[in-house]
Amino acid sequence: MNPLDWIVLLVTMVGIAAYGAWHTRHTDHLDTYLKGSKTTRWGTIGISVMATQASAITFLSIPGQGFESGIGFVQNYFGLPLALIIVCAVFLPIYRQLGVYTAYEYLGRRFDAKTRLLGAGLFLLQRGLAAGVTIYAPAIILATVLGWRLDLTIIGTGLLVIIYTVTGGSEAVSLTQKWQMGIIFGGMLTAFVILVARLPPGLGLGDATHIAGAMGKLQAVDFSINPDKRYTLWTGLFGGLFLSLSYFGTDQSQVQRYIGGAALREGRLGLMFNALLKIPMQFSILLLGALLFVFYQFQPAPVFFNRVEWQQHASASRANAILFRAIEVKHTTLQAAQQDTIRAWLAARKQPDSAAEPAARAAMLQAESATEAVHAEARAALEAVDPLAKTRDSDYVFIGFILDQLPHGVIGLLIAVMIAAALGSKASELNALGTTTTIDLWRQFRPLAAHDEARNVRAAKWFTAFWGVVAIAFALFAGFAENLIEAINIIGSIFYGVMLGIFLVAFFLKRVGGTAVFCAAVISQTLIFALYLLRHHFPVLDISYLWYNLIGCAACVLLGLLFQAGLGITTTEVNIG
Amino acid sequence: MKPAPAPTPDDASPGVPGFRTWRGVYLFVFACFVLVVVLLAVFSRLFA
Repeated sequence: MNPLDWIVLLVTMVGIAAYGAWHTRHTDHLDTYLKGSKTTRWGTIGISVMATQASAITFLSIPGQGFESGIGFVQNYFGLPLALIIVCAVFLPIYRQLGVYTAYEYLGRRFDAKTRLLGAGLFLLQRGLAAGVTIYAPAIILATVLGWRLDLTIIGTGLLVIIYTVTGGSEAVSLTQKWQMGIIFGGMLTAFVILVARLPPGLGLGDATHIAGAMGKLQAVDFSINPDKRYTLWTGLFGGLFLSLSYFGTDQSQVQRYIGGAALREGRLGLMFNALLKIPMQFSILLLGALLFVFYQFQPAPVFFNRVEWQQHASASRANAILFRAIEVKHTTLQAAQQDTIRAWLAARKQPDSAAEPAARAAMLQAESATEAVHAEARAALEAVDPLAKTRDSDYVFIGFILDQLPHGVIGLLIAVMIAAALGSKASELNALGTTTTIDLWRQFRPLAAHDEARNVRAAKWFTAFWGVVAIAFALFAGFAENLIEAINIIGSIFYGVMLGIFLVAFFLKRVGGTAVFCAAVISQTLIFALYLLRHHFPVLDISYLWYNLIGCAACVLLGLLFQAGLGITTTEVNIG
Repeated sequence: MKPAPAPTPDDASPGVPGFRTWRGVYLFVFACFVLVVVLLAVFSRLFA
């Protein structure tokens, strides 16, 4: 990065944070601090919901997923539009009607205090864990490739988001997210245009897409019913539906984004905006990754995209240097041969009635397998010289492209995209963690303080800052899974199913009371923990994590019904107040 | 004991041109989702 990149980065990031904090510095009403302005319209809500979900890892990891495994990951989002329709029709009207600050407040009114505390506790646990990943994810990648200090990157971004989130609460979060999403859309579009423009002469977008397809990178929909496959139409529709329903309907970081606003209509339209745009947006980011794969077929590509990790181990000893150099030479040779097979295939497919096309395709795929084998050899070599080495490099593909191929100024803009996404999702998380701690814990144990509005706002600010510091500390001292987007989704899936089960019982099973659902939730959560922890010991339990959402939810609902029948209570203790 | 709150009726006008009820909006979004999945399946087949 040169001074121009730094100027673009600092002006955009610090400018947006300062604007958000300054504009909302007088927010001293609890309602505005926790739910945002009463005049908020659907566009702001829609963008805020989108920014909350789209963290930095969306823009770092997902192009890498497209590069490595193709665009099949888009199926993960197939349940999302259906879930948002259900949230609009069922969840949102009830939250609005009751005027709750948190989703768990509703559980207290529908069931009892212990179920409310359980819901809030599960949220704080899973979101508190995820908060560490959200702040760590971009920091580790940016620190690695840019040579920044990891601790200072984590602390810098963490403090920036704490300042404006604590100052203006929910209103500052929504306000800054609008600008941050503007930067993100502008930056990603710029990267896409430059990528297409930098394809080799004579190779258009159409040809590049055909190459990606022939290499198996464009299999968007997989109808397979093999339960071992992580992303299929069915895991996306069913697992994804439960994951999204739980995330959007019961996770306070999302609920808080849409329960405010001028009217019920604004929240609903904001959610429908996301239902329409989310899949096309994820598809575009994955397609960018698949096109990056084609781009690097014609450009000198490193054998291992986390070049810092590779160089560090290569320079550790003379033996390593010789071994790693041999792998690099082999990779370069094979890549050149692969380019020839790709060009031959392109020529063959353009010939009318060409019988040479199948043979050319087979040769191209064989060359690709050989190159991929060298990639695997590079990972194995890294692991052999250091069992603790980071052997997964897909998260470094897009950032490598940004730094190698984009002009100065645009590099700063794209780094700003990553940091803006990190700040946007982090702000929603801190806002929700602070709100839940204030409303569902602090006010529960200090009922007299509930009437003192200024004290409530002060408490919410302190708790928001507290969670910010916890997230920074967690990010500084914890080690995380290598594939960061999956780490977030796995943490979510472990908790979300049971949480959704509690809410579905609350909405649809009026006969089931608090004690029954509480016991059902505790047992179901234990079951999901057991499934996750024992998956490597019993192959039959090694299923896609998306199924945890469905299993946890079904177990909670069924056990709730069973316990209620066992308790012999046929009426619901509803405590609306 | 009080009854659970009933959801707001979905037949209220959404205030979106071309739609008289929220059910219409949901149906439109659902139809768009089906269309997107079909287009993705066609895309996969076209470039396989």
